[in-house]
Order: sequence, then C-alpha cells, then structure tokens
Amino acid sequence: MPEKVLMKGNEAIAEAAILAGCRHYFGYPITPQTEVAAYMSKRMPKIGGTFLQAESEIAAINMVYGVASTGKRAMTSSSSPGIALKCEGISYLAGADLPALIVNVQRGGPGLGGIQPSQSDYFLATRGPGHGDFHVLVLAPASVQEMADLTFKAFELADKYRMPAMLLADGTMGQMMEPVVLPAPAEHFIEKPWAVTGTECKRPHNIANSLFLLPEVLERMNFERFERYARVEEEEPMWESFLMEDAEICLVSFGITARVSRNAIVQARKEGLKAGMIRPKTLWPFPKKPLLEAAGKVKSFISVELSMGQMREDVELAVRCQKPVYLCNRTGGMIPTPEEVLQSIRKANEEGG
Amino acid sequence: MVVFEKPKSLTDIPMHYCPGCTHGIIHRLVAEAIDTLGIEGKTIGIAPVGCSVMAYDYFACDMIEAAHGRAPAIATGVKRSLPENIVFTYQGDGDLASIGLCETVSTAARGENITIIFVNNAIYGMTGGQMAPTSLIGQVTQTSPYGRDPKTAGYPIQICELLATLEAPAYLERVTVNNVKNIRNAKKAIEKAFRYQLEGKGFSLIEVLSSCPTNWGMTPQKALEWIDEKMIPQYPLGVFRDKEA
Amino acid sequence: MADNTNYEILIAGFGGQGLLFSGKVLAYAGLLEGRELSWLPSYGPEMRGGTANCNVILSDTPVGSPIVENPNVLMVMNGPSLDKYESAVTPGGMIFVDSSLISRKVMRDDVTVFYVPSTQMANEKGLSGLANMILLGALVYKTGCVKEETLAEALKKVIPARKAQLFDANMSALALGKEYVQA
Repeated sequence: MPEKVLMKGNEAIAEAAILAGCRHYFGYPITPQTEVAAYMSKRMPKIGGTFLQAESEIAAINMVYGVASTGKRAMTSSSSPGIALKCEGISYLAGADLPALIVNVQRGGPGLGGIQPSQSDYFLATRGPGHGDFHVLVLAPASVQEMADLTFKAFELADKYRMPAMLLADGTMGQMMEPVVLPAPAEHFIEKPWAVTGTECKRPHNIANSLFLLPEVLERMNFERFERYARVEEEEPMWESFLMEDAEICLVSFGITARVSRNAIVQARKEGLKAGMIRPKTLWPFPKKPLLEAAGKVKSFISVELSMGQMREDVELAVRCQKPVYLCNRTGGMIPTPEEVLQSIRKANEEGG
Repeated sequence: MVVFEKPKSLTDIPMHYCPGCTHGIIHRLVAEAIDTLGIEGKTIGIAPVGCSVMAYDYFACDMIEAAHGRAPAIATGVKRSLPENIVFTYQGDGDLASIGLCETVSTAARGENITIIFVNNAIYGMTGGQMAPTSLIGQVTQTSPYGRDPKTAGYPIQICELLATLEAPAYLERVTVNNVKNIRNAKKAIEKAFRYQLEGKGFSLIEVLSSCPTNWGMTPQKALEWIDEKMIPQYPLGVFRDKEA
Repeated sequence: MADNTNYEILIAGFGGQGLLFSGKVLAYAGLLEGRELSWLPSYGPEMRGGTANCNVILSDTPVGSPIVENPNVLMVMNGPSLDKYESAVTPGGMIFVDSSLISRKVMRDDVTVFYVPSTQMANEKGLSGLANMILLGALVYKTGCVKEETLAEALKKVIPARKAQLFDANMSALALGKEYVQA
C-alpha cells in the first residue's frame, strides 16, 4: 500500500509535478501559492532540475515556453493577478501547440483584490486565458489528493493534446493539509518529434511558432486546433456525482465550494430535501453531458461558486435552460457556510422548477 | 571553383528585408559563425517580434518564435532544458531595449550562458517607423514628427553601457556593418560571442548598429553614412566587457 | 460530547504562538491513526502578529468542508479569539483557555471550560514558547480526540530533524497540560 502523507495542497502540486517528470519550474512570489515555489526551490536542485525565480510572471511563462519548446515538461504557478500577466505567454503556448502546466491558486479580484480564496478567474481560465481563439485544459481539484492527482493528469493531457493546462485551485486548497497518496513516478512519455532540440544536421529544422501571416493558413490552423478541442470535449470531461440517483435539486460546484456543498447536501438530506451534486473536475472541457442528463430528472440546479455567477452561465448552457439554475455565491475571499448553501437548497425547493 | 557560398546555416527561403537593410548581412554573419564553429546541429535560435520576426524561416537550425521582448526568457528556458545546446536570440531595439528591457537586464544579470544579437537601427521598422528607445535626439520618426524631444521622450538607451554595470555578463561589444572593415569586426565579435558560449563563459551580447533606409527616408548609401555621422557618436563602437581580456 | 468520532477543532490566538504547529501535531496524529482529517490555517498578514487560527477536523467519515464554522473543541490563546469564537462553539463542546493571557471567564453555561495558565506555566518551567503544547496536552487528554501515544509519534514527524532536541521539551509541555487538568 502506498504511504499516506500529510501535505499542504500547494506542496502536493509541487511533488506531483516532480513525479510527473517535470524538472523545470519558473515562478514569481505571490500569495497564496508561494509554497509551490518554496517547495520547488528545495527539491529541484537535489534532483538535477531547474528552479528559477523569474524577474516577472511574464518572464516565468516565457521560460516555460522555452522548456516546452524543447519537449520537456515545465510549469509555473501563480495566483490571479499573476495569471493575468501570464496570459500573453499562455496564448503563445496555445498558438504554438505547446504543452505546459500553469497553476492558478486563485485569490479575490479584480485588481489587486485580496488574498483570500476565490473562483473568480473562471471566465479567464475557461474562455481561453489570452488573446485569440483557443482553450486550455482546466482542472479543478477539490482536495489535496486531487491537487496531486490532477496535477499529474494535467501534464499527461497537455502532452496528449499539445495544449497548455491550467490547474484552477483556490487559496483554501493551496493552504490546507490533508492525507494524500502520491502518484507513482511517470514512466511513459509521448514522443515529441516536433520538439526544438537541435537538428543534429539530420532533419529539417523544427520551429516553435504561432505566427501565420497568411489568413487562410492561420484559419486552417485554428480550425484544426478546434477539431482537437472537440475531441477533448468528447473524451476528457471529468466529474464526480454525489447522491444524484434520486436528486431533485442538483448543486454544481468545484473546489472549496464543492466541499462546503457536500456538508449542506448531507444536512439537506436529513431534512428530507433530495439534493445532490455534480462536481466538475474539469471546467474546460465542462461536463455538459451529465448535466444535460440531470436536467431531465431534477427540478432545478444551484451553481455554488466564489464568483458573481461565472460558472452559472456554463451550467445554463449545459442544461440548455431546461430547468432554472439558481446561484449561491460569495466573492472577495468570502466562503459560504454550509448553512448558507442549505438555505439556497431550501429556497430552490420552495420555488421548484 | 566556388569562391562565395551561402552559409549552410541559412535556408534557401528568400528574405523579406527591404533593399539596403543590413539585417541580411547580420543574418549572414550569424550563420557564418555557426558554420565556422560547426554548431548548426545543436544551435537553437529565437526570433523576436520586429523586422526579423521571420528569422525562424531563414536560419537552418531549430528555431523558436518569441512574443515581443520575451526572447531572453525563452532562451533561459531552452538553455536550462538543454545546457549542451547553443542558444541565441536575435532581437531589435524595440524588442530588446523597450518592451523586453526587463528580460534583457535580468537575463544578463543572471549570466545565462546564451548569446544575444542585438540589432539597433534606432527605429521600429516593421510597424512603419516609430520612435524607438534608441532613436537619437532630434530624430524624426512617425511618432516623433518634430524630432525626438528629450523633454517628453527622454534620451536614447545605451544598452552595452547599461549592461556593463552588471557583474555577470562575459562579453559585451558594439559593432556595426556599414563598411567592409566594420563588417569584418562584427563577424569576429559575433563568432567570439558564440565561442564564449561554447566555452561556458556566460552571457554575451553583441549590439550591431544597423541601417533602416526605408524608415529613415534615405538611400541605402546615405543610411550607411548616417551610421557614421549620427549613430556612432551616440553609440560608440567597442568592447564594454570581455572576461577573457 | 455529542459526537465522539467527529472533532471540529478551532485553535486561535496571536500569530507566533505556535497555533498552526499544535494543529499540525493533531493532524499528524490523526494521519497515524488512519483518520479522515483536514488542517486549514488562516493565512496572510495576520500571520505576522495579528489574530491567527487553525482549523483541524478529525473524523471517521470523509471530511466535507475543511472550514470549522462551529467547533466542538475550541482552544484559545488570546482575548480577541475568545470574544470572536465563544458563541460559535456547539452546545456541549469544550473550550480550552490560556488563563494567563485571557483574564475573563467564558460566559456560556452549555459548554465545558478548562482554564489552564499555560503561558505562565511555560515560563515557570523553562518551556517558554511552548504554552501552545501545554494547552494541547490538556485538550488531547480531555477530548480524547487522538491517543496520547500517537501524539508523541506525531511530534517526531512534525519537528524537523535539525530541531530534534526540541522533542523532549515538547513532550514535557504536553505532560504538564495533561497533569494540570487531571488534578
């Protein structure tokens, strides 16, 4: 049996990345994700890897771009304002079809905002964080175990689909400790014949590039990329259902609010309210299928989130507005109590569908 | 007997540069250095945003296209990933001295073992001739139509002098390519910068004063003279750091 | 206590009193006993001397929210924390008070309160800085949230190797707290 260890969420991300074969980390200090950098600065020198505290978030993501171009697994981590700065580089990664991991331990915004947990980068993450037509994979852990597992998975998916992945966590997930079983070290890596490693004068030169001045060529690139995205949407959505068999009210929530919602649902059941939850583990691709299926059975949905209803729009789209989608939210670093979520469930029950 | 050949490290793709532009010469010097040192197979070049944005098509080695100003950060990532390879960036003045100045200074301060070819023509060429951080006082550009006024637009940035205040750089030299003698010197400097990288000496940057007849509004010949008359007084040629010497 | 298997513990006081550390020891003990658990600190500028707290949940069923809204065990090491959290404690819960730093009494009569002058005791016994562990010793003995043996094992895990000499002092502090509430 693999050993259970107690780790902070941020540390679990870092160790899982190392186990996934990532040997290059570039970061810049920002609360509440600094433990990722601190952990990497201790571990990387001991395993022949790179830890580099970059001059800026912009430089950090471009260092990741450099390593990704060479075909190796690389990552950076930051929190909301820093992620905004990385968007330029993320767009270039997407445009050059380069895999990489960007960790976003979200805090409240806009602007400098606060440092307490938030999910208000939902749009930023799921709509393509940067200019142009593109997506990144968005994975949303709801436990320290998932901080490790989804980090590991993110590297695999990024390589498989040649696209950047974002781990969308929040301050609570980053700071909390829970028992975790770390993944076994990655052994199999996808071949990357496109990598920029030096031609050794044996092949035509490889170019990592997102510039296509001919409109018809750029259009074709975008169409092809979106065909790949369609495959991702078909094959990769991940979610967890909780007490959905007989549910009449379906909560939709990820990260810390999914944990709070779980408490509320257990309490609601004690009151005879048939609540359940679909918890997206991937936010892009969004688990549309289970939500649409649920729309045929439940009376209403409640989107429980730490933003002004950013995810609610995706829930409405997924259920094609067949049923009402209520919103239970806090922002700015506030987190709803289980009682507040329970109130929303009671209210949804009264209003029906 | 062939007396003049295209360097192996250049592809056959015709370059898009304007007539009289010295980018072609500088590309050639870089390629010759790569050929001379026999490092084409392990060299990775990074192209900027600017006139040389499509340099990735012209160099036969593996290439990466960077976002505007970020080439040194990308070079850092590449070099950390592949320390045995040779990594160079090829950047213009807007790219290196304005939007990418933070990356330039920080990469130099870390002493990354890479080579930067910095092409300074005192203007933003690709976008049609706007004022650059290296534009001269009084220089008329699209965005300094009355001449660069230091009261509102400040003074030119002297990159070699600025980087020479740092401890880490191994080699900093300013050269130009406006006549045969200067081209020979530039060739030597560029080759030496690559050699230093091979020897693991650390960061090197060669600033090449270059002409932009199109956006300067001059004949190619006049533009080359303008380098002598106007640019060199502001940007004196010479070695600013040489850890060998 | 109402629920003998589910401990929702809130540890609060000033930053620098070792609150997160004592929570960590509890969490490690939980891990060693194979319990479901979570540990969540407050974070940010309050770590530098303001009010800090730490939420520990020890349970036999999977932990939902790691945020302790209504603790059934409260350990407080400054007045503002008692003011803030006293009313949140579930009826029948326990409150452990560092009575050398908090002069007032708990006003609730539906909770069990233990007053331990832990900061003063720590200073008198040459264990300065370990008031948190004295109070924790009392807490573990009275709640039984983890076994005393596992607590010792957990300490070994939590104390970094380069500070191993602190183990004995920490054990003495735990024992002092236990003895005080035994008496």
